[in-house]
Amino acid sequence: MHVIEITGLTKRFHDIVAVDNLNLSVNLGEMFGIVGPDGSGKTTLFRMLCGILLPTSGTASILGFDLLKQSAKINREIGYLSQRFSLYGDLTVDENIEFFAEINEVYDFKTRREELLEFTRLTPFRKRLAEQLSGGMKQKLALACTLIHHPKIIFLDEPTTGVDPVSRRDFWKILSSLLKMNITIVMSTPYLDEAERCSRVALMNGGKLMVADTPQNLKGLMNGEVIEIVCQRVRDAANILKANPQIRDVQTFGDRLNIIVEDSRLIYPIIKQSLHEHNIEVEVWRVISPSLENIFISLMSNRSQGEPQEQEGVHLW
Amino acid sequence: MENAIEVNNLTKIFGNFAAVDHISFTVKPGEIFGFLGANGAGKSTTIRMLCGLLMATSGTAKVGGYDINTQPDLVKQSIGYMSQRFSLYEDLTVEENIRFFGGVYGIPNQRLQDRMKWAVKMAGLHGREKSLTKTLSGGWKQRLALGCAILHEPKILFLDEPTSGVDPISRRNFWELISQLSAQGVTVLVTTHYLDEAEYCDDIILINAGRLIAGGSPKELKTEHITYPILEVEASNVIAAMDLLKDKPWVVEISLFGTYLHIGVQKEETGRDEISKILSSNQIAVKRVDAIVPSLEDVFLHLLEEDLKRKAS
Repeated sequence: MHVIEITGLTKRFHDIVAVDNLNLSVNLGEMFGIVGPDGSGKTTLFRMLCGILLPTSGTASILGFDLLKQSAKINREIGYLSQRFSLYGDLTVDENIEFFAEINEVYDFKTRREELLEFTRLTPFRKRLAEQLSGGMKQKLALACTLIHHPKIIFLDEPTTGVDPVSRRDFWKILSSLLKMNITIVMSTPYLDEAERCSRVALMNGGKLMVADTPQNLKGLMNGEVIEIVCQRVRDAANILKANPQIRDVQTFGDRLNIIVEDSRLIYPIIKQSLHEHNIEVEVWRVISPSLENIFISLMSNRSQGEPQEQEGVHLW
Repeated sequence: MENAIEVNNLTKIFGNFAAVDHISFTVKPGEIFGFLGANGAGKSTTIRMLCGLLMATSGTAKVGGYDINTQPDLVKQSIGYMSQRFSLYEDLTVEENIRFFGGVYGIPNQRLQDRMKWAVKMAGLHGREKSLTKTLSGGWKQRLALGCAILHEPKILFLDEPTSGVDPISRRNFWELISQLSAQGVTVLVTTHYLDEAEYCDDIILINAGRLIAGGSPKELKTEHITYPILEVEASNVIAAMDLLKDKPWVVEISLFGTYLHIGVQKEETGRDEISKILSSNQIAVKRVDAIVPSLEDVFLHLLEEDLKRKAS
């Protein structure tokens, strides 16, 4: 069952097409991830779906309600955590939740508040002023406020941007328990390792939907193998290997390189040798499953940076 | 050679809350220095003190040879600072933003013409000089913000989460720029939540709750703190697998990396055997188990976990 059906959704700001004829559907209980560079239209899409911004053309149906005609009904059923979601710093955790209960017209909020505090493990901090919470705790409080009215779908716009690795993991645990309650989650993220955990992922660029599929199928777009090597002077190593026409792509990941090749067994000895000639020794190598970050970099590298281009389907290599 | 940055017992107290608690470290000229820590750990507060924007409660620091307590204006003139929010004026054009920052730094008009050309070229914005900044994509804004921050050619550069929310390719290009600056002798102090980026740093410190908990080169941090083998496990249901394994006595540490698990184990062989045995008897298919070289993210999670345990006991 589709809880969201988007048809031909478009938003223009003067001569800029922020969202361009987008078609997409989201299933009940799904964790749907949207990735794409800054300025690719993710936030504009969220704001249209949450009824904050009127589309230039096209429409969407959310839980069976028409976005253009029944936005009040939609608003009661959805939660939206925007990038600029603001808590009141001089109110306590408890008071912030109460405030959001009031503006969402939830009058009998006390039991729900207990549940949400428990759920986000914020109960011990309930009397603390929001401004004195750590970044990760603020984010959890914002999520609790978004959930006060029992929404069926929540839209999270980059909820973990600028959040440290420990708090990000904590936030994701909470999201997985929401999924168990059959809440549908639509979220955007710049962290590709997070997108890996979504049931489906859409890639946006220049206002257009480039591709939407399960992480597994997206990885299937890449034929070939990924060799990961750890070595010194990774940038030099990358440049040396990029010159080899038998190697399709070389991507740096901190202290390691991901090298995309047709046949790892045939080419690995060549890689090792050519690095050795430049006094770079491979510490460890192995063949890994491609990650979404591998796919994403390859897809994006084929386009001029950040500029909208004609969509011609997806071509990898 | 004199250190680019020298910090001694730097402390900042807000009310009864120590945001930065007796931190000491040194940064050598021309190095890329990574400043890591969880949200609210005190990174931005420290940077603001080092930039001469915030008075320290106690302790001292020298930046470019100037004392932050007694010579904050000289500190300000000798550094560049780029914040996480790329403080550009969205309603100004690319050129106007550059001119604005040139004015702030008091760059003479003649010189500014050259620097403008340089910044436009560095940011890859040739032909877009008259575009409004708000129409630029994130990667371009980021490079323009960097250009504006170093218009006056500072020897020391502070970058506070410069790659937050930027796509993977722009992130990688941005780090190319940072290493070029470092090669030209500019000292760069940078914060990031992308631990793969921290690998590019010459030296790193990690702070938690205002205190310094570890420091060293990426290699030192990995060898000193991760003394046990780490196995990377790819399995059909990693969340369930994590719950099954997390309390086993032979597991030192366990954490989720995308759809993989990283499991620190006491002994590699027993670890491998136990993982396969436990998961397969719970109908979880194990695709592979590999011993891996720890990443800085493994180290970071380990150190914060340790710090948490220390505080609890």
